[in-house]
Amino acid sequence: MKARAIQYVVLIGVAAVFLGPLYWLLSTAFKQPAQIYQWPPAWWPDLTWENFSLAWKAAPFDRFFLNSTIITVAGTALKVINAVLTAYAFAYLRFPFKKILFFAVLGAMMVPGHVTLLPNYLTVATLGWINTYAGLIIPGIGSAFATFLMRQHFLTLPTEVTDAAAVDGAGHLRTLWRVVLPMSRPMLITVVVITAVEEWNNFVWPLIVTNTASMRTLPVGLLILKDEEGLAAWGTIMAGTLLVLAPMLLIFLIAQRYIVGGITAGALKG
Amino acid sequence: MTIVDLPARAHPDEQQIAASNDQLKRRRRREYGLFALLVAPNLLVIAVFAYWPIIYNAFLSLTDWNMIAARPTFVGLANYGRTLTDPGFHKTLWITVVFTGLIVIGSLVIGLALAFLFNLPLKGRGAVRTIAFAPHILSGAAVATIWAFIFDPGYGLMRALIEPFGAEPPDWMNNSDWALPGLVIVYLWKNVGFAALIYLAGLQGLPKELDEAAAIDGASTWTRFRSIKLPLLAPITFFLLITTVIGTFQAFDVIAVMTGGGPGDATTTLSWSIYNEGFQAFNAGRAATLSIIMFVILLLVTTVQARVMERRVHYR
Repeated sequence: MKARAIQYVVLIGVAAVFLGPLYWLLSTAFKQPAQIYQWPPAWWPDLTWENFSLAWKAAPFDRFFLNSTIITVAGTALKVINAVLTAYAFAYLRFPFKKILFFAVLGAMMVPGHVTLLPNYLTVATLGWINTYAGLIIPGIGSAFATFLMRQHFLTLPTEVTDAAAVDGAGHLRTLWRVVLPMSRPMLITVVVITAVEEWNNFVWPLIVTNTASMRTLPVGLLILKDEEGLAAWGTIMAGTLLVLAPMLLIFLIAQRYIVGGITAGALKG
Repeated sequence: MTIVDLPARAHPDEQQIAASNDQLKRRRRREYGLFALLVAPNLLVIAVFAYWPIIYNAFLSLTDWNMIAARPTFVGLANYGRTLTDPGFHKTLWITVVFTGLIVIGSLVIGLALAFLFNLPLKGRGAVRTIAFAPHILSGAAVATIWAFIFDPGYGLMRALIEPFGAEPPDWMNNSDWALPGLVIVYLWKNVGFAALIYLAGLQGLPKELDEAAAIDGASTWTRFRSIKLPLLAPITFFLLITTVIGTFQAFDVIAVMTGGGPGDATTTLSWSIYNEGFQAFNAGRAATLSIIMFVILLLVTTVQARVMERRVHYR
């Protein structure tokens, strides 16, 4: 009985460690600016929206939000389409040197993203894509891991169903759209959610490839805000931070089991 | 499902065979064409933005270029010679190794402990597991910003927690002794839930019979942990080890927001150096050299992983 009590205390302690910083963010974002700089700190805010209007005055957060949304939606759509089409081809179609080509796709996983920064910046600059959505989106839409996950999943589907579709005279694209994808919904959602989270959180690439306020994304905007406002504006900065976190936190709460499913699939079966 | 009766073709004459051969060839060509069409966009992007950068880096690393001059100057292996003998680079490498080592050890130990906690029959464990995992999917820049405020020596949460014990809070991010440990704390807070989740999935997949048999034979909880569970979890530990090393080597957003490689060079890791050389000092040759060095290190790590995983699959 005593052991159980200790276990519960530890469990609550763990919850506090992980929730504490998030509560600190939330409460600060809604505190009166003066309340933030009182000591000892107030644990409960006198609710106000003031920090948000201050944040909006300090930086074009609506524009950052729009940019982040555009690159997340477009980037995710293009990457997932790439993954699905490539995976379908590798799972269902014949082609000479198919195996080598598959290794060429998977091999991209061996290339660390951070190592590609400088050459990709130069490539994008050559293409005239600095400060453009193309420059922000296109370099990231190649897909190795998502292709791998989708293909492995396609291979587990019963061949009778696709064969039947072929006998019924359905072409490959029709089979993919009408038969294979509907049977792959959970894996598809997993890939979409994981990709969207990555796109939204992407930091170093948007930092490098944009230099005008109107093309910044939320995470980069946050860095600029923090550097400019410094210690003077923790309320403003926390309001901006909440704006970056809230959408992903919401998606996480809704699609939690798909995120967890995809991550453990990569670790335990991959 | 429709059942189709294929017409019986008992004795096809030569002409028919030739015709159907033609048809087969046409169908195959169409299949090849479709394959190429479906795979080409992905392969093109991968070639341009994943493979070409390695070749480009290898070339740039042999040059001196400020990214303004029309073309790079060829300098041979000078960048490598200079980098490998530079005490600054040695320090950077050491900081990267310490940073990575602390995070790997912390992730594995705390992750495993959390997994055991979440595996106990406690009410609310599922919710706490979710809470612990949530930071993993949050923006690193945003998480770093929260922690920059927590570490604020004037009004941060850390001061509120430390002061009641009569201790003076350090100025974490501006103190060269505390900046790196501070980053490690943030990184662990953000990512330890991932290790816990993977370990938990592993724990739940373990065969129960062995553990139960050992329990009946009177083995203590500690013995069962050390001699049964830990060895069975070895492949998962190995997976986490490799992925954490690869991830930590490339850690950037938390460092950029919290310390910018400083104070001085106290948190200048290899990943920060690449950014600093390339995009702040505009020294393409040296940034490319550092990139190639990182690529080689991580390629070795990944290859070892592939080898070990392969062996594991074989004796299964």
